[in-house]
Order: sequence, then C-alpha cells, then structure tokens
Amino acid sequence: MRKDIHLKDLSRKQKEPLLHLEKKDLMPLPYPLEDPDDGPPFAELKEQIREKYECGLDDTCAVSIPKPATKEEEDALVAKFLSGLEKLFTKENNWTFLQPLLLSMEHCAKCQTCSEACHIYEASGKNELYRPTFRSELMRRLYFKHVKKGGLLSAWQHGDIEINWPLVARLIELSYRCNLCRRCAQTCPIGADNGLVAHELRKIFSQEMGIAAKELHDSGSMLQLQVGSSTGMNAVVVKDNIEFIDEDMEEKTGMKVQTPWDVEGAEVLLIHNAGEILAWPENPGAFAVILNAAGIKWTLSSEVAGYDSINYGVWYDDAQFARVAVKHAEAAKKLGVKKIVLGECGHAHKALTVIADRVLTGDLNIPRESSMTLLRDIVMSGRLKLDPGRNDFPVTLHDPCNMVRLMGIVEPQREVIRKICPRFREMTPHGVDNYCCGGGSGFAIMSGNNFPDWRFQVAGRKKLEQILHAFGDCMDPSIPKYLCAPCSNCKGQLRDLLAYYEMWDKHKILYGGLVELIVNAMEDAKPGFIEWEWH
Amino acid sequence: MSILLYVISYFSLLVFIVACAVRALSYARAPIHLRWELYPVPHEAPHRVGHGGSYYEEPEWWTKSSPRNLLGELKSMGAEILFLKALWEFNRKLWYRSFPFHFGLYILIFAVFLILLCGLISFISPGFMQGSLAAGLQFVFRAAGGGGLALSIWGALGLLQLRLTDSRMKIYTTPGDIFNLLFFIAAFGTLSAGFLLGTGPSTGILAFTRGLLSFDTSFETTGLLAAGLVLTGLLVAYIPLTHMSHFIAKYFTYHNIRWDDAANRRGGRIEVKLAECLAYRPTWSAAHIGADGKKTWADIAASSPARGPKK
Ligand code: SF4
Ligand code: SF4
Repeated sequence: MRKDIHLKDLSRKQKEPLLHLEKKDLMPLPYPLEDPDDGPPFAELKEQIREKYECGLDDTCAVSIPKPATKEEEDALVAKFLSGLEKLFTKENNWTFLQPLLLSMEHCAKCQTCSEACHIYEASGKNELYRPTFRSELMRRLYFKHVKKGGLLSAWQHGDIEINWPLVARLIELSYRCNLCRRCAQTCPIGADNGLVAHELRKIFSQEMGIAAKELHDSGSMLQLQVGSSTGMNAVVVKDNIEFIDEDMEEKTGMKVQTPWDVEGAEVLLIHNAGEILAWPENPGAFAVILNAAGIKWTLSSEVAGYDSINYGVWYDDAQFARVAVKHAEAAKKLGVKKIVLGECGHAHKALTVIADRVLTGDLNIPRESSMTLLRDIVMSGRLKLDPGRNDFPVTLHDPCNMVRLMGIVEPQREVIRKICPRFREMTPHGVDNYCCGGGSGFAIMSGNNFPDWRFQVAGRKKLEQILHAFGDCMDPSIPKYLCAPCSNCKGQLRDLLAYYEMWDKHKILYGGLVELIVNAMEDAKPGFIEWEWH
Repeated sequence: MSILLYVISYFSLLVFIVACAVRALSYARAPIHLRWELYPVPHEAPHRVGHGGSYYEEPEWWTKSSPRNLLGELKSMGAEILFLKALWEFNRKLWYRSFPFHFGLYILIFAVFLILLCGLISFISPGFMQGSLAAGLQFVFRAAGGGGLALSIWGALGLLQLRLTDSRMKIYTTPGDIFNLLFFIAAFGTLSAGFLLGTGPSTGILAFTRGLLSFDTSFETTGLLAAGLVLTGLLVAYIPLTHMSHFIAKYFTYHNIRWDDAANRRGGRIEVKLAECLAYRPTWSAAHIGADGKKTWADIAASSPARGPKK
C-alpha cells in the first residue's frame, strides 16, 4: 500500500489504480474480529471492468463511468466539468448552496482537525486519499485556478493542480467515497464543510455532465418520479402489498389491522420509505398497529411519490431533490392533511423537513414531523399498555446522521427505548457525535462491482467496531441482541454489514427498527412480534 | 520619514477595512441557501442544547414558539472566539500553538486601542500623560503590547514548525502558507525589537500615535521601530486578502449555516427571499434537468425530468 499519495497524483495517467489497501492496513477491530484476516476477502475488480470503466482511484468502482474512446472525448468531458464548476459558483445555478460553498472554498486553514473525525479516513488506516480535506483541497485548487482565474500568485498562495481527464474521472469516484455524514464539519474550527464539498462535486457531475451512480439516479430518483417509487411499485402494487402486510400483522398480533388509504382531511399523512414495504414489511405493519391502537387519524397516499419518502436527490442533484420534495408536498396538499409524518427513514426526514423547508412555499409548506416525536408521545402518554419485560434482551441504538446530527432529533427515540427496553446500552460515542453506519449518501443501495466490499470493510468498519463494543459483554450466541436503527438506509447497510461478518450466525446480533420494539412490548398484541430470524 | 510611516499606517488600515467589508458583503449578499445546519445548535432551548436537540423534538413544533437561547449562543461564541474551543477539543497539538498566536493578537488589538486612547486623551488634556493614571495605562500598554507580541510570535513559530514537520499538514501547505507565518514572525519580531531597543519602550509608540493622529512631522524614531511599524502595517493590509480573514468567514459559517435553523413560515421573510431564488433561471446542461435558460427553478421543480442520453 502506498501512503504517500499526493494531490498531483490524481492527474496521473496510469493504468493501475492509485491506491490498493491490504486488510492489514485497515483499522483493527475488536473481538471476535481481531485478526486482520477475519471476514471475507476484498474481491478484485474484474479485468473487463477495469478495461471498460474508469477505475483508476482505488480498489473499487462505484459509478462505472465508461472510458472515453478518444482524446477528443476526454477533452470534451473535461470542458464540461469546467463549465459545471463555473456554474456551481453562480447564484442562478446554485443559489441553493452558494454561500456555504464559497466559505468552505475560501477559508479552510488546512489544519486537519477534521481528519480524525472521519470514520472512513480512520477505518482505512488513515490513508491520505480518504482524508476529508483531500478532495476538498483538489476542488479548492480548481476553484482558485479555473473559477477565480488565478495566475501564478494564486497558485503560490493556494497551490496548483493540473486538470485532465484522469483527474476528473478520479474526482467522480472520490466524490462517492464520502458518506456526507458531516461529522468532520462538526469539528472544524472555521466551519468549513468537507461533506458539502463532496455533495457539490456530485452535483457538477450529475447536473452538468449527466453522471451519477445509477442506483441513485436511473433506478432511484428517475424511477420514483416516473412510477411513484424507486422500488418500482406503482399505486396498485403498493396497495396490494400493504393489504398483505395488514393480514400478516393481524395474524402476528391477534389485533385488527387496517391501513387507511387516501383519507381526506386526515390528521397524519404517514410516508414510509417504500423499501420497508418490500424488505421489512413488519416495520410499516408495526406502524399501523401502533397508530390504530393509539387512535390516530392517519392515512397513506397512493399519489406518485406519496407512498415513498425517499429523496435521493438530496445526495447528488438539486433539481431531482426539489422535484421529489414537491411531489411529497402535493400528495399531502391533495388530501388536505394536517401534517406529514415521516416513517423510519433518516434521509427522508432531513430532505423533506429541513432541506425542503426552503423549497416548499405557500400552500405546499405543510407541517412536517418526525415519527420519533409522534411515537414518543404515544408511548409516554400511556395510550398503549406496554410490558418492558417482553424486551428483556440487550438493545443498542444507532443514530442515523440525517435525523440526529443534521436535524437534532436525539432524545425522543431514546425516551421510548429507555421506557421499554430494560437492557438498553448506548454506543460510544452517540447522539450528535455518532458515527455513520457507512451506508450514508446512497452507499446502502449501491452494490455495483465490488463496492460492497469497500462499504463493509472501510465505510462500515467504525460502526461495526461500535456495535461490537456495545455488545462486548454479551457476545455469546445464546443471548439474542437487538441493534435498533430507526432508518431504512441504515438498516440496509447494517443488515448487509452484519451478514458480511456473520454476526447473526455466530453471535445472534439482529437489527430492526423502533416500532418493532414497541409492538413487541404491547400487552394487547400476541407475544413474540420480533421473531429472532434473520431477514 | 514620519509622513511615510503615517501614510503607510492609514493606507493599511484603509485597505484592511475596505477588504474586510468587501469580503463580508460578498458573503452577506449571497442568496439565501437551503438549510444546512449542524447540531448541537447553541441557541436551542436550554433543556435541549445539552444533548444537541432541536425544536423538531417537540410534537407539532410549528405550533410552539421557540425563543432563542441567546445566553447559550453567547457562551458558545465566547468559548470559540476567546479560547478556540473546537481546537482544544479536537486538535490539542495545534491548540498549543494556535491559541497563543490568536490570544496574542487579541491582546495586541487591545494594546492598540489603549495607546490610541492615550494619544487622544493627551491631545484633549496635555497634562494627563504626566499623571499616575497615565503611568498606569502606559504600564498596561507595555505589558499588553509586549505580552501580545511575544505570545503571537511564539504561536507563529510553533505553527510554522508544525506546518514544516507534521506529515498531516505538509502536503497541503503551500508556499503562501509559509510566507504568511513568516510575515507575522518578521513583522512582530521587528516591532518587538524596535519596541525593546528603542529610546523609550512606550514613548516611541505613544509619540508615534500622537503623531499619527495629528500628522506631526517632528516625530522621529529608530529605523528598527519604523521597520516594525511598516511591516505590521503591510501585514494588516494583507490579512483580509487571504484565507486568514477567517474571522469574517466564521461569522457566516456559524450564524448563517451551522446554526441557521430558522423555519420558513407561510408569508414570512424567508418565503419572500425564496421567491426571488426560485425565479432564477439555471443553465445546467444535463438533459434530465431540462434547463433551457428560460425555465426557472420553480418551473423545473414542478416538472418531470426529461429522459435524455446518460453519460
Ligand atoms: S476543513 Fe476545517 S478542520 Fe478541516 S482542515 Fe480545513 S479548517 Fe481545518
Ligand atoms: S462527511 Fe463524513 S464521510 Fe465525508 S469526509 Fe466528512 S466525516 Fe468523512
């Protein structure tokens, strides 16, 4: 492994990637994974993939950009990147983030305080390529040279960089080696934001060059805007699935369960991440059980995007983001509901509640609330009869970055867990200082090539360490353990991460949402809602 | 000589003020941006600020007023501005160098105000400078000026040592960064030498200040002190032209970004600003955006993405 990667290396024309990580280079893990060789090997990228796509950065390839056939094509792509870079610094094109971006470009003191905060940098064994400021510094130098049109004096002051296609191709990949968790930004004394820089880079690639991870764009926001959901479910299919879930819930709980659709004037429009409906049906099912039992007047919507809260645009494209946010608000407006409540999905929380707050105006500005708050109110109000004894197993809580560090929803979910889970233990650190699960910014749904190996061995490594520490006193497989992650994307990442390291098979660590724990404790429901089966 | 010193001093001050104002205005005039706050936000209610919570923890938050916790915000600002709290928490090695450097600057700024005050008073009441109060003020000035210079030079030397030796910082350090620190060391070093080796440690500066305020051409000083004053003047003019003006940036990064949790209310001030932004006409080229230079952001947000050739 080479540790001495320098900024100028990104422009190198060479066939081999700049970085190769060995397992022994990575941050060590605690018991039972202390041996660096524990866990699956990092699959090598296939030669055909390397031939066909731009994979010159590291051991993996997230975006799969086809290699340009000619020098002219390369030059055209570089020119397009530069035009996008200029647009990024105009208010007409980027009013959405212009001020924060300018400040991050012009004021980093290069003190590296942020580095230690980044789980990817730490997990990689502190490899220079993954240092939070590495990509920001590249962007900064490009900004001073090509946007501010700086000459020699500027290069002397801000540093120089040579732009060519290898640099742009590597930057595309590098913008997808950051979870956008903004833990680094929290520690920056100046207030510069390396997560924002990665986000803005992704925007140039998508909004100007039409390049984005296909899971986020083609089969993500595009599919959602056309069909209604990135899962591909249209309104008919989603209603069928929910009907099936209702039946299943009735059987499991022994309670009457019916999910209301398109109820005009309802108090609550609940929007789930539709991935839950397919991957973890017990989550929307548990919501239905709780809301019905608490006497809430609620509804789901069958409008386009009204039944899928995801908004992947928040990770790579402002236009796609705004379109989906408007669709969500329109669904609520059509039904005339009092408020929108977001189900267990962190990025959907932040996208619709916080970021879209400055997109939705007039009658589209419908109040939005977190399900964490609503659930806390229901649980603490005593409207449900709850028996904490039914949750008498070790539980720890993962804090989704979008919901916690980026939205300040920290305590409601804890109040619920403290009330119903007698063996709750926190991770260290937690709350607003939490670590990302490694699936943030879309990684949880990105599985091309060998990207999952990178996702689990590097991006998810710190979270895995935290989980192992949290359950360090009860790793024996005879003790079932529950990792509560009230977020669909985090759950996707954690499911795959735990499976990758065989944490269920060997140590009985299960993962799931918050509502499942609540229903599991409901005295009116049959015992055993949580089935302790891998799913 | 004296006139040249005065001209350089006023010129430097003017450049400093104008450059700071231009920089601050360029940020202040940027359009409203999407919310991008980061918790904890210190002006949150006291019962939430400890765990980094927001008003979103309240049920139906929009029905409740959330008064700004000014004290929390001031406490947080004070700790950051005066003691560089973030560095103390997250980068102790750097704090040992950066804190003396910055704190030295604060003390120096205080000393400059003090000597200006003495200069002004001595005009109004020429006998004042002979009194014991003046002696006390001069003592404080000497202590603050000397202490401030010493601390800043010490800190700058430490920062330079770190930049040149720490592998984490080396590859990001530009010649400009080294120059900036050397500039501080040279200017403050010369000023200190002039201060210490001059005819009278503070009378030189006081006489200069009086001369500066009255354009008194009879003022004379040593070459060393003059060189220190010129270098410091140029440094003052130079700072806002570089990223060292982060004292301006920090106002915006903290108040306008990290801590900006202001909710958009129907018919409110934010909505008016947003209406202006939503009327901008973007020119992004990717086909799915559908930007043709005529459509506004509002049009694009309300439209479906165009299917176009990808990549
Ligand atoms: S982003 Fe902030 S913490 Fe990181 S190097 Fe720049 S100034 Fe330092
Ligand atoms: S946003 Fe998160 S993943 Fe990205 S550089 Fe910062 S700490 Fe690392």
